[in-house]
Amino acid sequence: MAKLMLEVNNLNVSIKVKQKVYPALEDITFKVNENQVVGVVGESGSGKSLTAQSILGILPANTEVTGSIKLENDELINKSSKAWQKLRSNEVSLIFQEPMTALNPLMKVGKQISEVLRKHTNYSNNECYRKTIDILKEVGLKRPESIYHSYTHELSGGMRQRIVIAIALVNNPKLIIADEPTTALDVTIQAQIIDLLKDIMKKRNGAMLFISHDWGVISQVCDYVLVMYAGKIVEQGPMENLISNPQHPYTKGLLKAIPDFKKRGEALYSIPLRVPALTERRKGNWPYIEITEENKQVVADIFPEILQRETKE
Amino acid sequence: MLEPIIEVKNLTKTYKAAQKKFRQKTSYIHAVKNINFQVLPGESFGIVGESGSGKSTIAHLIMGINKVTEGEIIFRGRNIAQLSRGGEREICRNLQIVFQDPYSSLNPKKSIEWTLTEPLIIHSIGTKASRKEKVIEVLEEVGLGESYLKKKPHELSGGQRQRIAIASALILEPEVIVIDEGVSALDVSIQASILNLLNELKEKHKLTYIFISHDLNVVQYFCDKIAVVYLGDLIELFQTEEFHQEEHAEYTKKLFNAIPDVSFTSRTS
Repeated sequence: MAKLMLEVNNLNVSIKVKQKVYPALEDITFKVNENQVVGVVGESGSGKSLTAQSILGILPANTEVTGSIKLENDELINKSSKAWQKLRSNEVSLIFQEPMTALNPLMKVGKQISEVLRKHTNYSNNECYRKTIDILKEVGLKRPESIYHSYTHELSGGMRQRIVIAIALVNNPKLIIADEPTTALDVTIQAQIIDLLKDIMKKRNGAMLFISHDWGVISQVCDYVLVMYAGKIVEQGPMENLISNPQHPYTKGLLKAIPDFKKRGEALYSIPLRVPALTERRKGNWPYIEITEENKQVVADIFPEILQRETKE
Repeated sequence: MLEPIIEVKNLTKTYKAAQKKFRQKTSYIHAVKNINFQVLPGESFGIVGESGSGKSTIAHLIMGINKVTEGEIIFRGRNIAQLSRGGEREICRNLQIVFQDPYSSLNPKKSIEWTLTEPLIIHSIGTKASRKEKVIEVLEEVGLGESYLKKKPHELSGGQRQRIAIASALILEPEVIVIDEGVSALDVSIQASILNLLNELKEKHKLTYIFISHDLNVVQYFCDKIAVVYLGDLIELFQTEEFHQEEHAEYTKKLFNAIPDVSFTSRTS
């Protein structure tokens, strides 16, 4: 039995805008085991990044969180900001999407990596330097000594993304959250970064939460997937099952919309609904679409849940 | 044999390199070098490559956004590479572009009606009333309606903004539309709806597309021909239909093998 790393139970996040409270995440429940990569897919506005932010404790100030997030049986919700600070990078760390904005352009990249060690450990300067060189080697950068002393503008996009990964990994966190780590990259570089992440996962027995809107990338990296829509998990399951045999009509729709060579000459399927904006949402009313006589059939085709709700009422 | 609508001959664009030392001899960097291709009417011509390969430079040169250093761009039998501003205006009625980012390509302070009417005013087409009619007609064509006239870009979603960008390209009834990463910033379901829309419009108006993208899945789905650009050189040009049969250049193979596939055949564990 694999060890349980992260357990999220009934997580609800609501955001306050102009004195009104809107639901942003509802009833998020999932688990991440050791040695497992869990993918999160969804359109923009589906709450993927918000889920990551709640696990990292970096939600904006106007939010309210209920439910439970347990990292190795340690409850994270309602921790003090000092406790969170200790947790980040020691226990959980984040790989950012945009390497250009995540890194400091005025600071040598080596310093940026070793800063993590300086803040979180008692290593001497010398040890910090050696650890940094080791991690640079591990993320596949050649000539780590000269990379240590270079600035971000001297590196290519792929190299920068490797630096961002190095910063996330340097302190051996138990859980890594990767927020769209390959979205800003070209396909060839993307393939390299995917290989690197897979390698690292194998070597370190870590657990990873992998957020992406790209089914191609998700299917390459993940063992288990969550599909999200408007702040709720629509469907979750092991990767192979989910792709070959999706259960929920929304998941089916997303998969059908992917263009490829075989679909040439035919029109692509497109989900006829858009993700509702935060201020259009009312609690307990998911998927937050106003149902009229005309769109009832369309909505029910994609979210059969609404029919159940009506019979309940 | 069909007459090509756009023919690019020996297209080259160079930039002056930064001088590193005082009195150093100026050197030049090639953004694109000796590009040759023909686009037939009614075709979707795809240009793919990594960032920095020069694919967008080609689009900008065709549109006259950047000046051509050397070579010819022949549009309907006329060289448009070195045009004056007045000449450009006449040409750009027939050549339109849709940019990547619908968030920055629309003026945030102006209504949709203004954005769509502006090209008509510049080209002095129609009267006030007929312009409005035309704007509504185009809005309906891209799947939006009259109710969008008074809206501002911030009220629209990404997909709707991209529809507006397409509408503003369409309003002058061009023959060729250059789509520079036009669907890259969109979610897959919205991307699918925009691709469908582009295909419908192509049928209806007999449009020709030059489609620039780094997303090879999209290009394989959408384009009839694919040109592969690498470091400013056109490496290969082939019919999409023949992609799975022909021999390809090393780089093309590498590029297409890197596409993550939504299946488990490509998954190595």
